[in-house]
Amino acid sequence: MSTPAFPVPAEVDRLQRTALVAGGAGVGLSLLGAVFDLGQFLRSWLFAELFWTGVAVGCLSLLMINHMTGGVWGLVIRRLLEAGGRTVPLLAILFLPIALGLPRIYEWARPEVVAADPVLQMKRPYLNVPFFLLRAVFFFAAWSALAHFLSRWSGELDRTGSLRVARRLRGLSGGGLLILGLTITFSAVDWAMSLDPHWFSTIYGIVFMVGQALSAMALVIVLLARLRGEEPFAEAVRPQVVHDLGKLMLAFVMLWAYVNFSQFLIIWSGNLPEEAPWYILRLHGGWQGIALLVLLFHFVLPFLLLLSRDLKRSAPTLARVAGALFLVRLVDLYWLVAPDLHHHGALRVSWTDVTAPVGVGGIWLFWLARELRVRPLLPQRDPDLEEFLAQPAEGHA
Amino acid sequence: MTRPGLYGLMAEFSEPAAVVAAARKVHEAGYRKVDAFSPYPVEALTEALALPRSRLPLFVLLGGIAGLAAGYGLEYWASVIEYPMNIGGKPFHSWPAFVPPAFETTILFAALAAVLGMLALNGLPEPYHPVFNVPTFALATKDRFFLCVEATDPHFDLDRTWSFLLSLEPRVVSEVEQ
Repeated sequence: MSTPAFPVPAEVDRLQRTALVAGGAGVGLSLLGAVFDLGQFLRSWLFAELFWTGVAVGCLSLLMINHMTGGVWGLVIRRLLEAGGRTVPLLAILFLPIALGLPRIYEWARPEVVAADPVLQMKRPYLNVPFFLLRAVFFFAAWSALAHFLSRWSGELDRTGSLRVARRLRGLSGGGLLILGLTITFSAVDWAMSLDPHWFSTIYGIVFMVGQALSAMALVIVLLARLRGEEPFAEAVRPQVVHDLGKLMLAFVMLWAYVNFSQFLIIWSGNLPEEAPWYILRLHGGWQGIALLVLLFHFVLPFLLLLSRDLKRSAPTLARVAGALFLVRLVDLYWLVAPDLHHHGALRVSWTDVTAPVGVGGIWLFWLARELRVRPLLPQRDPDLEEFLAQPAEGHA
Repeated sequence: MTRPGLYGLMAEFSEPAAVVAAARKVHEAGYRKVDAFSPYPVEALTEALALPRSRLPLFVLLGGIAGLAAGYGLEYWASVIEYPMNIGGKPFHSWPAFVPPAFETTILFAALAAVLGMLALNGLPEPYHPVFNVPTFALATKDRFFLCVEATDPHFDLDRTWSFLLSLEPRVVSEVEQ
């Protein structure tokens, strides 16, 4: 462990140190906030947990999609995605405060609210504390298992280069994507949609799925741009690979707009009293400003920028767009869940809403950097990657 | 020196890396009227030949913008100006409802611009081209890679270009008749 047999960029050490400091400070301040207002701390913590779990699960999505489709873009980032997936057990531990404080977050978990609300009584067979916790355990267990086997077999592939292992990975990814689709949908319904237990939208899970994949893609591009100066990425991060990642990020930006607009159009057209209030809340009381910000910086601007071929082929420029998108993802998630977290009121940002994502994110990135040391940062003995690296690099980068 | 009726010289390679290396050297030697042929896109080849960037993306962008304007304009004209109708109490200018059709016309116009622009820029359909006079050229759609230096290039000299191409170690160099 102390002297790995493969190069680990010094940037990983820097990332680990910075992340630990940020994580420690963020968590410390958030805990201080818990002393003043426990309920607010828990709601901020849920927001942070939703975001970073989304990044980890997004890593799993991209990883399994690449196992199914192939492509050098995914081979170059495979170890980053695997490490991201292996953070799920950490996120399960960080979920504990939420599990212990459900009544302070969700109104369906408060018996006195349910007693006065016939609709919530009808929903009780699904929305009750023990079943909610059981499902959460199942989600984390399923994601951990997927991350575990994807990493383990990929390590086996490094050692043996066996086609059988590669086929097994593809089989796992096929089934795994199905499991992921269902678990993401149900976890989104449980953890975020049930904040307003009267409201429902069938595309909600997909909104989360796409957002998570976009978060993961943006983060991976930022990491890759920082690591590309050192071995082993120096040789592998070529304009061609960066271009592919940029194109995929553009696709996810468009898909995000597509699914969000689909939900909006359907609810706007129907204009029904049980659906429309969700948007009315989010388009008044200051939230409309956030909505406009998300529309401009989550779709319009990145879409126009990412049309440029030159931008998509330059790692540092693409990483700036990706970094900005990553931050806007956070704002988008806030717009999605916070109006309900703050008792259905006007725009108000608690300072723990900032410290909690920084804290959880710091610990998460620290853990990610730790996981990045476990295996060589590029797949070994992969015929596609070897063939790609054997090709002459293009003249100017 | 060239001779009448000669279109150019064609070098034939079996490996993509070889044709990329050859294209780079041909470009460095100052030849500009050069084209390469391969069964599948070789990205490094475009760069090795330093071909000017295609204007097709611009056409597609303009097509998309025109499609967006046309689609949205049509909807606005129909629903707001020409035949306003009260549907579900919604305003005449109901932009959310206008988005899907406007999106579709954006894609339609952009796709048409891509196809027609491609045909306009590459000169297809073209019933006759001299490179097909090289007997093995049909393999360019299968497993061979070709590099053609045209006789109209100011640097072109039948003997010197011939021996220069041979020095790049192709399978064979052949004369291309007009």
